[in-house]
Parts: sequence; C-alpha cells; structure tokens
Amino acid sequence: MIEVRWHSRGGQGGWTASNLTAMAASYEGKYVQSFPAFGPERSGAPILAFTRISDEPIELHSMIYNPDIVVVLDYTLLSPGIVSGLKPGGTIITNFAGDVNQVLKTLNVKTGDYKLVLIPASKLALEILKSKITNTAMLAGLVKCGVVKFESVEKSIRERFSGPVAEKNILLVKKALEESIEV
Amino acid sequence: MSSLKSWKEIPMGGVAYRLSTDVKTGDWRALKPVIDQNKCTKCMICWLFCPDMSIIWDGEKVYVNYDYCKGCGICANECPVKAISMVPELGE
Amino acid sequence: MSELELVPKYPREKQTMINVNGDEAIAYAVKQSYVDVVAAYPITPQTIIVEKFSEFVANGETHTEFVAVESEHSAMSACVGAAASGARAFTATSSQGLALMVEVLYIASGLRLPMVLAVVNRALSAPINIHNDHSDAYLMRDAGWIMLFAENVQEAYDTTIQAFKISEHPDVQLPASVHIDGFFLSHTLENIYTLPDEAVYDFLGGPRKIAKVRVDYFDEEVNYALDPARPLSIGNLALYDYYFEIKVPQVLSMRKAEEVIKEVNEEWYKLTGRKYGNGLVDPFMVEDADIVIIAMGSSAGTVRSVVKKYREKGVKVGLLRIRSFRPFPHKDIVELLSGSKLVAVMDKGIGPGQYGALYLDVAASLYHSKSKPILVDYVYGLGGRDLSPEMVEQMINNLLKDLEKGYILEEERLRFLGVRG
Repeated sequence: MIEVRWHSRGGQGGWTASNLTAMAASYEGKYVQSFPAFGPERSGAPILAFTRISDEPIELHSMIYNPDIVVVLDYTLLSPGIVSGLKPGGTIITNFAGDVNQVLKTLNVKTGDYKLVLIPASKLALEILKSKITNTAMLAGLVKCGVVKFESVEKSIRERFSGPVAEKNILLVKKALEESIEV
Repeated sequence: MSSLKSWKEIPMGGVAYRLSTDVKTGDWRALKPVIDQNKCTKCMICWLFCPDMSIIWDGEKVYVNYDYCKGCGICANECPVKAISMVPELGE
Repeated sequence: MSELELVPKYPREKQTMINVNGDEAIAYAVKQSYVDVVAAYPITPQTIIVEKFSEFVANGETHTEFVAVESEHSAMSACVGAAASGARAFTATSSQGLALMVEVLYIASGLRLPMVLAVVNRALSAPINIHNDHSDAYLMRDAGWIMLFAENVQEAYDTTIQAFKISEHPDVQLPASVHIDGFFLSHTLENIYTLPDEAVYDFLGGPRKIAKVRVDYFDEEVNYALDPARPLSIGNLALYDYYFEIKVPQVLSMRKAEEVIKEVNEEWYKLTGRKYGNGLVDPFMVEDADIVIIAMGSSAGTVRSVVKKYREKGVKVGLLRIRSFRPFPHKDIVELLSGSKLVAVMDKGIGPGQYGALYLDVAASLYHSKSKPILVDYVYGLGGRDLSPEMVEQMINNLLKDLEKGYILEEERLRFLGVRG
C-alpha cells in the first residue's frame, strides 16, 4: 500500500489532486481512498489531504501518520514540519523552481535522506493555465515516481474536467513531467 | 375487557379496524340539546357548527342524532332564535 | 470453498466502477432504488447526499419528488406522509438534525411505514462538533428502526439498496436507517462497484409493494395506504386498551427482520459477489480467539488491519463487527463468543452514568453464555478523534495484560481510548 500526504492551502485544490490521483490508480485496478484532513476549510489556510493506493481492499479508515510520499503544492509551505512522519527513504514532491539546496535547508534534511522531486509547477501553471493553480501539475510527480501512469492521470482529468480546461491541464501535467527533476 | 381483541387479531400500525361510527360517542353526554320545533326557523346554523355532524335535516325538520351528539352545546349557543335548550341527561 | 464456486449474476466485469465518497454513494444508491419521495434538510456531514440527489432530480435523471423542507422534523414528517400514501421514501441527516427528527422517528416505526434514512453519524452538541461518533445513533436506538452500520463506501452503497428491500419485506414493514461514519466515510473517496439500474430495480422488485390490511368495513383486504377510494384511518389514538397490542407486533417484526437481513445479504451475494458476514455480524478470526474486539462502522476496518498484524505474531485476537445494531444479533454473539476469554467492546459514544450502549447489549447477550468471558468497555473516537492503528495496538497490549491477570476490576471496566490526561 502506498500512502500519500498532500500539503496545500485552502482553494489550491489539494483534495482535488488527491482525488485525481486516487481515480487514476483506480483505473489501473487498484483499491483507493482519498480524503481531506477533515474540518472547516478556510481559503488560504494550510490544509492536508491523503491518498491510499493498494492492491488489496483498504481496511484502514484512520488518518495517514507515516506516508510514503508527501506532496507540497505551495512552496511557501515548505518547512521541517512537512517531513514529519514521512517514512525513512520516502519521497518529497514539491513545487519548486530554484536551487535544490535551498529546499534541503528549509526542510532541514540532508541529501539522500529522502527522494526529492522538484516541479516548477507555479511557473508552468502560469504559462499554461494563466493561473497559479498547481494541483494538476503536481500529479506529474506521482507519475515520475511510478505511482500512477500518465494515461491514467489523463483519464482522471478528463473525468473531472471537460473541454479546453481538461486539455490544458493534461498539457500541464505533460510539461511538468518533462521539467521535473529527481534528486 | 373480553370484547377487546388480541394483538394477533388487529391490523398493523394501529390502523382503525372498525368504522369510527361504531363507537357511539353519545353516551359521553351530560347535557342534551333539545330543539323546540315551534321556534326553529330551519336556518341550519346548528348544522353548520356541529363538530360531530349530529344535526340531521330529514327534509321537513331538524333533529339531533343522539348516538353521536356529545352535548357540547355549540348548537344551543349559536342558535339565533334560541330554539335549542340544553337539558340534563337523567339516564334511561 | 463454496464462495469460490459461486458466480454472481453480475460479476465485477458487469458492474461499473465509480469513484465516489460515502455520501455520493448513498445518493447514487437512492437514485437507483426508484425512490418516489425524498424530503431532506442539509446538515454537515450529510449535506453531500442531499446536494448530489437534488442534482439527479434537476437533471431529470430520476422521477423522484424532491421536497425541500424547512427542518429535519418536517423532513421525517414528509416521509411519514409519503410512506403512508404508499410511496418509497428516503431522507438523510446527522447529529442535531437526527435529534430534531426523533419525535417523528417513533411515529414512522409505530405506524409500520417502510422507508430508509441515511444517518451520517456525527457527535451531538455540546460542545458543538461536526465530526464523527455514534452518539446520534445511540439516541435513536429504541425508536423502533432497523439500524445497519456500514464499514466502507462500497458497503454504504450496498446497504442503502438492501435497506429498502429489508424495510419493505412483508414480514418486516419497519423503517430502516443506514449509518455511515461522518467524514471517515461521508467525505472519503473510494472506488466502488455498482450495479446497472435495471439490476437494482429487479432486486427491489420494482416500485414499493404496499402491504395489505384487513379491516371490518371492507370485504377484501385493502392496501395499508391513504387512498380516497378505500379510506383508512392511519395514526389513531390507542390508550391502555390497545396501545400495548399495537406495540407487540412491532417487536416481533423486528425479530423477523433478523432473518430478512440475512436473506437479503445472501441474495445480494448471489447478485454481486459481495456479502458482509451473515448480514447481522461480520466476524474475523473469532473462532479460536482468546480476545475478541467488538466494533461498529469504519473503525472496524482499522481494528481488523491491526488484528491481522497480531495474528501474524501468533496472538489469538479476533474482531466481531456488528453490522445490524437493531435488531441486535444476540444469538450470533453468544455463538461466536462461546470460546473467547476476554471481550472488549468499542463504543463510539458515551452514556454518562452507564456504560456505552453497545457494551450493554453485548453484556445482555453474554449473560446467557456458558463461557462468560471477561468484558470491558472502551469508549473511543468521541467528536471525531481519530482511531489510529497505534491506539488499537495499545488497546490489544493492555487486553493481553488483563487476560494474563485473569480479571478486570469493576472500576476499570469503563476505559477511554485516546483521551489526554
């Protein structure tokens, strides 16, 4: 079972990204679960969302305490707290376009502690969507890590959105995949 | 009590298994309305006000169905010519 | 073995996978269940059911009459009226909304009106809380409703459809509630398998079949429904002369519901390939277990995953999930727990001055069992407090110590799991 924790701000689509990931995995025959850290959501406040993906039916209905992967949609949220509970050798996927050492320093981790995937999501979202909504761009990170296939993500985006919105978001994921860096 | 049915004999949900007219509510009465046919103008205001549909018009005169009249006295109160008086029930 | 041999009428390939949360799953099940009237009032975390269902109505995807009422009391009253006129009715609520409904809940069951209510379990105020526990469900436990608890989103879908069938069964004719844990299921997306519309329609036998009653003033049996052509008085006054006689059949129908829930569970299995224990209880490795944990709702899954871990280590622990809280499966509990030495009941609700409601019911069952295991009550998860796998481990570790000791003192019999201090 793979467990993912999403860090974003209310309104940035963290839960939607979690849902899209779960949907994508479901198309590959997996059992999935996706839920937010329950509570009243305030626009702009930091929120959490969670995804579980498994080959077996998922019995757990608790929060995720030790994720395999954390995804950060908004780089202003980067802090040592982001890695709390992350399994040793786990993966951090973050929206970031600068120097990797800056991320390591902000998270207070060393190279090699965790796998790090950097995606210039804000930059690409501004280019393609003309907005700062980074949630779909971050799905590229999970494709990069082999959690879900690109085609499945494409399908889930088409299921959730329609017309040009869907196409633009798919293009965004494709671009994000090309420009993502694994450290 | 012997006339009361067991739970096996009644329909579900407490639905009325007998017509409500089977219950002669007239025996609740303490005062009974008596119509003075000489004063009665057959205006039918008593019929209009009776809550138990106990005022009967037979085509010629107005009378009271004592099987269901509970003796509330509304008819006597409403009668514009005071043709109805409430008389104590003295039993059979 | 026989489970492998059975080929369901609709194997998984013939079902449609959808990604939905628990609320959406219920709304979808209701849409497929050919419901005539839905009267509902929104309340977190049930709101999505009503929202989603009103979307179906607005899109013309269902023939259902959607009544937007001004309160939960009115929602249940409208459902009573609808069911009394022969319609298949549904509503949904949570917490305070259920509390406001309580008066009319007793009327629905007392009048023997089949209908389905989805309760998205949420804590009762005060303090104000929107999150999950079972205090609202415990509030309605004596209201005469069949109460079924789902463990996951798939079961929420399955149980909602089953509930109509159980409720409308000629031997039952009682309202039924389907319980899902607020947020843990209502707002959690899972991928589930759904039947085609016509399969659900056939499973339910089409629209609601109205029960017949015999009354003195009609020669033939007539529909137990408000019908101007065959008028009946429904909702009568019954004092000490008849109230008791009218209540007794309600109790007996609830007993018959036990069998019907089992039958419907089997029928569903043949249709979809899915079943939940025997319908009333869903045991996991209890046969040889020294310690059995009893739980309801979504937490049962979390407990089961921990039980599996302990089984791998050779610890004889099992889980008994209660699916039907009303009628309460006393017989199954006595049979299944006959070999156990210690039983821990997990109550997601509290009864000040008393143990939790589930504990009391289990204790009532076990009083008549020969084995008489040690019994302990764990109150947990109040106000949405998450039940982590670690908490379950901590509980099992404590239970192992209790088992070794061989007794639990009276003052230690009510325990709080996951509270500070």
